[in-house]
Amino acid sequence: MFARFFTFRRFLIMAPVMAGLCVFSISGVAVAAETSDNQLEIVFLALEDKVPPALSNLDPFIANEGIPGAELAIDDNNTTGRFTGQSFILTVVEVRDRTSVISAYQRKRSEGRSFFVTRVPANILRQIAALPASADSLVFDISTSDDSLRTGRCDSRIFHIRPSRAMRTDALAQYMLKKRWRNWFLVIGPTEADRLYAKAVRRAARRFGMKVVTERAWETTHDARRTAQSEVSVLTQGDDYDVIVVADEQGLFGEYLSYRTWLPRPVIGTQGLIGTSWDRNHEQWGAVQLQNRFREKAHRWMTEQDYAAWLAIRVIGEAATRTARVDAQGLESYIRGEDFSVAGFKGKKLSFRPWNGQLRQPLLLASARSLVAVAPLEGFLHPGNELDTLGYDRMETGCPR
Amino acid sequence: MTKAWVPTMVLACLLAGSVEAEMVYVTLEKDNAIAVVDASSQKLIATHEIGQRPRGIALSKEGRHLFVAVSDDDTILMIDTEDFSVVGRLPSGEDPETFVLGAEGKRLYVSNEDDNLVTVIDIVSGKAIKTIPVGVEPEGIASSPDGQWIVSTSETTNMVHWIDPATLEIIDNTLVDPRPRAAAFTADSKQLWVTSEIGGSLQVIDVESRQQVKRVTFEIPGVRPEKIQPVGVVIDRERKFGYVAIGPANRVAVVDAATLEVKDYLLVGQRVWNLAFSPDQKRLYTTNGVSNDISIIDLGEHRVLKSLVVGRYPWGVVAKP
Repeated sequence: MFARFFTFRRFLIMAPVMAGLCVFSISGVAVAAETSDNQLEIVFLALEDKVPPALSNLDPFIANEGIPGAELAIDDNNTTGRFTGQSFILTVVEVRDRTSVISAYQRKRSEGRSFFVTRVPANILRQIAALPASADSLVFDISTSDDSLRTGRCDSRIFHIRPSRAMRTDALAQYMLKKRWRNWFLVIGPTEADRLYAKAVRRAARRFGMKVVTERAWETTHDARRTAQSEVSVLTQGDDYDVIVVADEQGLFGEYLSYRTWLPRPVIGTQGLIGTSWDRNHEQWGAVQLQNRFREKAHRWMTEQDYAAWLAIRVIGEAATRTARVDAQGLESYIRGEDFSVAGFKGKKLSFRPWNGQLRQPLLLASARSLVAVAPLEGFLHPGNELDTLGYDRMETGCPR
Repeated sequence: MTKAWVPTMVLACLLAGSVEAEMVYVTLEKDNAIAVVDASSQKLIATHEIGQRPRGIALSKEGRHLFVAVSDDDTILMIDTEDFSVVGRLPSGEDPETFVLGAEGKRLYVSNEDDNLVTVIDIVSGKAIKTIPVGVEPEGIASSPDGQWIVSTSETTNMVHWIDPATLEIIDNTLVDPRPRAAAFTADSKQLWVTSEIGGSLQVIDVESRQQVKRVTFEIPGVRPEKIQPVGVVIDRERKFGYVAIGPANRVAVVDAATLEVKDYLLVGQRVWNLAFSPDQKRLYTTNGVSNDISIIDLGEHRVLKSLVVGRYPWGVVAKP
């Protein structure tokens, strides 16, 4: 790319003006710009999260998930912008009910906004993708893990930052294959999300030549006789298995499995050893710097969604720096191009899969207090990019490109 | 050859092979200490505890003092090499990691990674005289031998910032490959070499025009491309060879400084990090972060002479004549 290497001397005169601007835009409040030529506004569109049932007092509910991550990335982009004469603004639009999301999006589109970071569920994202107004906007999804958004329908207008369920289970499967935990005992929770996670688990087993020997559903009843001690022992009896794989995205019961199973076996999946794109245990490749900067800002640990929001906005910032442009069209062709990559504290170049807009990224395999491995594991090869050993590869999606 | 020549030759060989009282100092990030290696015997002779998480290290111009960034103590210590007493604590700002001594030897320029700043310290008065806002996560920092430039590389902004030491203002910025790590000037101050960890590259930049001369990439048979993560870089005084530490590839690349082609890869310890010449530039010392050792490389033959265990997480290295 021609823009990969040039100097920014001509913008130096503007630097003090821009520096002043950054100071006011960091709070996430849009600031009326004096110069709009080199300014880029990003809309953070979020559906308010409902408070889930309290399962543990250790992890308080976080209402503003994603927002401090987005703000930190805006700060980072503006620090770089001081030298390039570009400035970045974040506008947070948080809505209460599902129906208002679409109208809020359309309102922002009609106001001329083209860059969106969305924290909305899969079905709403699908509606956004189908709108005529989305034909020339850039939407970065920091919320969903649905494989259905990344296969078949091929909503490749949308960029998906968080790993899909298939990427997570493939990462775990690579580890299980390495450890020769070939026979899996799958426990599935009651929700639709759990059913989808279980589907990804079965796919990973087939893909890496391992076997789900038993499947059991976790029932949500209110029988007073049920205790974790008695229930889990009974539930996990059956044919021999090497490992328990749990599908419990909400975190209703997965934590109860460890140490209570009939056979002494490790727990992996949505609890126990998990596959994630960010974890508080992660400190390699400079990650400790991002953890520190985030904690200083938000006074809590960075979650996967915060990281996704940070990364989405860094993608936009990186593209703006490299192309010296701030328009959606210019940035989109660069981001979708062969030359694009962004650094995300994972020791590898991150880029988008052209066939489904999924961000290619290493996955962290983490337990509660330690980082166990990073996938793709050594030895899992791919003719193109080893990161594509995780999740749906081009051939598997049925997507055109 | 006459007989009279023989003793002279032997003597010359002995002199070339001997190392007079050269000491090598290595910061040990996880041991909170400095390891002292005697270069002639190639043995670890002492380990001194100095402070929390020591990383960057440099020798003062007259060679008497060591400057050591103790990152978790938020200071740069000035240490007497004779008795290892702390003779000064410099106000480095938060979490100092890398720093460089100015060409005149009177100032230190420090990268403050978490605050996006370069702090300038006057050594004599022991005071910070300026903080210069730079890009996100400043890492590499270098001073041109002719005293004309200080450069700072920022890892997330992906730029080289050119600072004028006279005014302490940024004069220019050069966009480089992702996660630029280290920067080094050639002895004639005509070129700047910059390594990029995620770019997997070495970019050689012409100082006059501040434009790229060449982008050097590395390919090692049997090593996956993701493991090519260049970090430390040094160039010899004659500008014959430059050396690049390639982190998890566990190798040091030998780059022909004239043609900018890679000549060889030398296998050293795990996650090779930083590099330092011996004062006579006959040897190169490498810190190998994961294998807890340093490697000693003979530069005449480009051969690794020895790996020496020094302590946990060796980070920075400097040799004193």
